[in-house]
Amino acid sequence: MQFSLTAEQKMLLQMVREFAARAIAPSVAERDENEHFSRELFNSLTELGVAGICFPESYGGADGDTLSYILVVEELSRVDDGLGITLSADVSLAGWPIFQYGSEEQKKKFLAPIAEGSKMGAFALTEPNAGTDAAAQQTTAIDAGDCYVLNGSKIFITNAGEAETYIVFAMTDKSKGIKGMSAFIVEKNTPGFTFGKKEHKLGIRTSVTMELVFQDCRIPKANLLGKEGDGFKIAMATLDGGRIGVAAQALGIAQAALDHAIKYSKERVQFGKPISHNQAIAFMLADMATQIEAARLLTYRAAYLKDMGLPYAKEAAMAKMFASDAAMSVTTDAVQIFGGYGYSREYPVERLMRNAKITQIYEGTNQVQRMVISSALLRDSK
Amino acid sequence: MTIKVNSAECISCGVCLPACPFGAIVWQGDKAYIDERCTLCGACLDVCPVNAIVREDEAREVSVDKSAHSGVWVYMERVGDRLRSVGHELLGQGRLLADSLQEELSAVLIGDDVSGLAQETIASGADRVYLVEGAEYAHYSTDAYTKALAELIRLYKPSVVLLGATTDGRDLAPRVAGRLGTGLTADCTGLGIQAETGLVEWTRPAFGGNIMATILCPDHRPQMGSVRPKVFKRPVPNWERTGEIVHVPIRVEASEIRTKLLEVIQVGAATLNLEEAEIIVSGGRGMGKPENFALIEELAEVLGGAVGASRAAVDAGWKHPLHQVGQTGKTVGPKIYIACGISGAIQHLAGMSSSDIVIAINKDADAPIFKAADYGIVGDVMEVLPVMIEELRKQGR
Amino acid sequence: MEFVVCVKQVPNTTEVKIDPETNTLIRQGVPSIVNPFDKNAVEAALRLREQHGGKVTVISMGPPQAEEALRECLAMGADEAILVSDRAFAGADTLATSYTLATAIEKMGHFDLIICGKQAIDGDTAQVGPELAEHLDIPQATYASKIEIADGNVRIEREHEEGIEVLETRLPLLISVVKSINEPRLPTVKGTMKASRKAIVLWTVNDLAVDHARLGLKGSPTQVVRIFTPKQRTQGKLIQKDTARAAVLELLGNLADAKLV
Repeated sequence: MQFSLTAEQKMLLQMVREFAARAIAPSVAERDENEHFSRELFNSLTELGVAGICFPESYGGADGDTLSYILVVEELSRVDDGLGITLSADVSLAGWPIFQYGSEEQKKKFLAPIAEGSKMGAFALTEPNAGTDAAAQQTTAIDAGDCYVLNGSKIFITNAGEAETYIVFAMTDKSKGIKGMSAFIVEKNTPGFTFGKKEHKLGIRTSVTMELVFQDCRIPKANLLGKEGDGFKIAMATLDGGRIGVAAQALGIAQAALDHAIKYSKERVQFGKPISHNQAIAFMLADMATQIEAARLLTYRAAYLKDMGLPYAKEAAMAKMFASDAAMSVTTDAVQIFGGYGYSREYPVERLMRNAKITQIYEGTNQVQRMVISSALLRDSK
Repeated sequence: MTIKVNSAECISCGVCLPACPFGAIVWQGDKAYIDERCTLCGACLDVCPVNAIVREDEAREVSVDKSAHSGVWVYMERVGDRLRSVGHELLGQGRLLADSLQEELSAVLIGDDVSGLAQETIASGADRVYLVEGAEYAHYSTDAYTKALAELIRLYKPSVVLLGATTDGRDLAPRVAGRLGTGLTADCTGLGIQAETGLVEWTRPAFGGNIMATILCPDHRPQMGSVRPKVFKRPVPNWERTGEIVHVPIRVEASEIRTKLLEVIQVGAATLNLEEAEIIVSGGRGMGKPENFALIEELAEVLGGAVGASRAAVDAGWKHPLHQVGQTGKTVGPKIYIACGISGAIQHLAGMSSSDIVIAINKDADAPIFKAADYGIVGDVMEVLPVMIEELRKQGR
Repeated sequence: MEFVVCVKQVPNTTEVKIDPETNTLIRQGVPSIVNPFDKNAVEAALRLREQHGGKVTVISMGPPQAEEALRECLAMGADEAILVSDRAFAGADTLATSYTLATAIEKMGHFDLIICGKQAIDGDTAQVGPELAEHLDIPQATYASKIEIADGNVRIEREHEEGIEVLETRLPLLISVVKSINEPRLPTVKGTMKASRKAIVLWTVNDLAVDHARLGLKGSPTQVVRIFTPKQRTQGKLIQKDTARAAVLELLGNLADAKLV
């Protein structure tokens, strides 16, 4: 068993840490306050090649592994997890399905710009009536001979409005149920494709979330991802990988909360001594650190399995579920350690607590993760 | 000389590891080991509970005949046709060193037609003035000045040479020391004589100002050092003093001067000469944003002072690095130093500790700057500064 | 053109703290970084290479870990890296360090321009650059905030107490640079990954034509004999008032009493 990072991974982390400290950290509180996604900032990040880490060089990537990419999402999320999830949606949810299921032409045309950072991707599955029940899609794609015609809407779409490339799921044949779902690559500015309302959110306010609306939107046939009917399979496989990204986001949030809590507890003096001298506080720190470390091992192992070409759906679900629960618990404790100051916007821990919540919800609620894990367990033990 | 861990006696307690300021003590197996980062400072010797860390002396090859060298020299830097204050400050301190060594104190003056300045150096304490004159010395150049000073040292063999740690002083000193193959200690803030050996004890801040190091140059001559401006007080001139003036003809061909000074561009010099300013108003991260530096500038103007900035403010791009006060910026020693919204990191304190009076304004009562301040106002700089400017204006300043 | 950049790995001294109880340095957890001014030097060399073509070689004398610093420079875009490392170099002061670096640079063969940071933030001596130039017998320009090269002529702007000095000189040359010369680039992902796989040339004492008496501790004229924590200024009067005006008036009153204003 190997528990140490490679020299390459350490250098990548160092690089991201420096960038985050220099370019991202100074404005994070302000962007959160104003609910502002900075495309400029995201571009300066992807221009460094961060979105291409785990894609081959032939598609504009750096030929690295999933673990390296996951480490970067975690490190980024320590400073600004809104940007962390923006990157995760860009890479895991848009770049990866193109890489995995796209034709050579699609990879050259749509993946390379994402990997190189000149374009941004998004993933559109959720609908008002198709959340956890993803198969209940109402968006349709009708074969019109030379193209598909898309009608319907998607909600809660991360990166919407900003992204240039969207992976959109729609029913090509409702009669076939989930086997009638297909995946399409839809470019921004395609006629009939517009954006609805911008979501105002509790957390991850430095990322952007919007509604997508398709009205007789004509998609070239060349933009069908995989075959007709592959949609549900593509969506589920993509989410398996995306969950490792969410786990990394949760890890970053939790680690940041712990770092702040340790520092504060050593500086805050009550009854004539730093509050860290109280066992009640010190033990909270111990529990927080242990949860984080356990979450980290689950997360890294899921990434490792993916890199090894081994099945990872169950492990990714475990990592996402455990890490997001850990993030919620650790950030809540951090706010508690800060006391009244923790509840105030003057300190960053309240933001971390708000941001942690979403990691228990998106890319499959933690209840869905339990379904994934338990069905894998019961299937494997047949 | 080396410092090593006697591994048979090491009890693996690890106490010495954090004691090393240079991180040179590492684990080798389960024993402490001193690697090549060791500078022999000796900080680890006393912390070992079982005395397993020992200093071992090896015989050093003595390279020079030390008895042939005598006298304390001060290199006098010029700005145009006047002498920089630091030269006078060093003559004052050099006098003390020379007296304690019972040797002579000499000033070195290099320039074009600068003999008129010789009497000034005698008034500040020099017994003798070495004058090297020629058109080639009109402006400072590394090549001409290095040749002149190195030749002078070879000819007259001083024991100690002091230079001001100015831009040109820090350009010249290492070049001369390199040519002579002798030791040089940079940016000193303390000078003394070791009683038993008569060696100069050069004391300087290192490690971002976090530690002070005392350095000796035991076997090479001359012992050279650059000293920060404003560390020592300028002596009151005694115009009654007399001294000898020695003209030394050292010529440098034009072809030997490989860098040519084309021009000097002034950059707001009036407010910039921090090193010589009597009042400095400095701003830090607590100023909030670059526009707020206008208040710093206004207060400096009212007081007739110069504007400084902390590293944080410079790194944030609020002020040009020429304004930076601190270990990697300028060292200043004004009569009054006003720190506004500066937390007082050790790097900053290292650059302004020799100020006579320090006034700090900071909203955090626990800010370290208050520990170094003679007067501290706990308050928001954005509220305090406008009132201060108004009140000073009322007083007719 | 052949560019050589001298870099040093240093502890990030801005993160060092003093333990208030024992009054000793807390060194634990202080990361090692590329000396910040040396990054400006690497950036300056990379920009000159972009204009004039050629090769940028970074060189460092230090312990084996200094390899990390060299890799970071490779990730920024330097072409080659040389680590000069040997127990024999241990304990070197600036004279012995510059001598060792000079022999290593001579071994490299031809060079046009050597660029250094103005000083290292651990020692702050600013001596290795000029001493290196002296050993190599080439001209120097220190504290440069701008470098322009045309037809072998080099024009340098130099930060000086009196303003900006404009110097003209020729190659080969050594320049030391200040922070304001540029904003060092961040390495890219590809640059970082490529750098982590690149071989770094290691030169030990046996690879250099050196006079052993001039190396390391034995070759160092200066010796550190004592390390101590700086004397603190003593805290004076803290003024805490309800209004800014009350505080200012009290301060001005105190200053007037002390005949300071």
